Amino acid sequence: MRKNLYNVGAIFKGLSITFGFMFRHKPTIEYPSVRKQHAPRFHGLHELRRYADGKERCIGCELCSSACPANAITVIGAENAPGDRRSPGERHAARYEIDELRCIFCGLCEEACPTDAIVLTPHFEMADYRRGAFVYAKDRLLVPPEAGVGVAPDERPGGIPGDLGRVEELKSTMDIERGYAATWRGEALKTNRKGLAG
Amino acid sequence: MQAFVATLNAAPIWLIVLIKSAVLLLVVVTTFAYAMLFERKILGWMQLRPGPNRVGPWGLLQPAADAAKLILKEDLTPKTADPLIYRLAPFISLLTAFSVYAVIPFGQSSSGVWAIGNVNAGILLILAITSMGVYGISLGGWASGSKYPLLGSLRSTAQMISYELAMSLSFVGVLMLAGTTSLGGIVHAQERLWFIVPQFLGFIIYVITAVAETNRAPFDLVEAETELVAGFHTEYSGLRFGLFFIAEYVNMLTVACVATLLFFGGWNALFGLVMVPGVIWFLLKVGAFLFFYMWLRATLPRFRYDRLMAFGWKILLPFATANLIVTAIIVAFRG
Repeated sequence: MRKNLYNVGAIFKGLSITFGFMFRHKPTIEYPSVRKQHAPRFHGLHELRRYADGKERCIGCELCSSACPANAITVIGAENAPGDRRSPGERHAARYEIDELRCIFCGLCEEACPTDAIVLTPHFEMADYRRGAFVYAKDRLLVPPEAGVGVAPDERPGGIPGDLGRVEELKSTMDIERGYAATWRGEALKTNRKGLAG
Repeated sequence: MQAFVATLNAAPIWLIVLIKSAVLLLVVVTTFAYAMLFERKILGWMQLRPGPNRVGPWGLLQPAADAAKLILKEDLTPKTADPLIYRLAPFISLLTAFSVYAVIPFGQSSSGVWAIGNVNAGILLILAITSMGVYGISLGGWASGSKYPLLGSLRSTAQMISYELAMSLSFVGVLMLAGTTSLGGIVHAQERLWFIVPQFLGFIIYVITAVAETNRAPFDLVEAETELVAGFHTEYSGLRFGLFFIAEYVNMLTVACVATLLFFGGWNALFGLVMVPGVIWFLLKVGAFLFFYMWLRATLPRFRYDRLMAFGWKILLPFATANLIVTAIIVAFRG
């Protein structure tokens, strides 16, 4: 009997906690209408860049393909025809295909590329109903000439973390006191929210 | 307007009852729909979610979307089910849930209480009708011809019987203080002091048993998702599931109304604010009780079955009896 009545206080404590939670800030991001800001170097869909004169950066060296741990990249290089030079080098990629379903978005292709041709963009919405639609060929990977040359991760706003000091400040990604809010993404999220409200 | 009132007064009694019932049914069903939305919102907020907000502004059209979905879904009957009882069970639940509103008064005017029928023994009728509601659940679970619904319906029978006793006993204290079983009379008796004060123990027992009677968390063992899939309504789909769902919420509304009538002074105004109509006070009190229900659901984990039984028989029933005896002695000595 006494043991059973002992926990009545705990019930009221629990009720007070849930009541307090009702008025807390909701961390939900209402995704399709509100988009979270990704880190500038976020690993999303790939992009093949161009030079300012419109020539493809890719020289068909297949280094990305050999660097790929998931065997997602297929490159078939070809000699540049003298009258129709696709890239400034001797060779270009005749075929360049990435199977985005195999891809693990590790970014090793980006690091392997000697000409900074293949980059990972922050775009991540690739859903489709057909598996075949996830094999991206040059027609969808290459930046269209009218869309510019593509942006390397380093050139994106905030792409080079000039504030490396902050990484030192936050030794751990989680602050025990402030939890998620103390992480880099948590702070970005907060500013994002404020921007929306104002 | 006066001509309209005169026509109404001249109308035969069955027509008046029919109109009253139609209006009340509409109000109760709408309240059910928005109680559901309200509950999902509250649960969402307490779990740091925004709750339903996609359909209509602030999610206000969500009940309509849910209803459309349930109506369009296929109405399945398992091969092993007893077809007649299986199809009938949701209607038993719904019918008993709705028929209680025939005697619940919502307010008062100079000509009497606002109710479809002003019955002398209103509270007894409510008890009688609500105890019939268990038939819908047990028959539905039994006739499904499937093991989880069967377990759910057995649990519901045991739970309803154990908690019904303590619930009825918690009413008796109020009835003795009021000296009447008419719901209007009970509210009149609370004009000075709400019965929650002299009958505080009775109120606590009523709140606990009411949660158990309506099969809500933390006493939702009848449909315990983690153990019984969905309990008695596992096999039900589409509109028939919807009917059980409506019955559950209408029952919730009923116990909130009864709590308001018996313990919170019904339509009596708070702080002497008599210019606010009694109906508004009544609805506010019912709303507060409903909120408390949702709050409990967001807070407490489900009881273990043996503890539920032990709690009902070994704690609630003795306390309810003690409350009854003490109240009886006090009432007898005061004359």
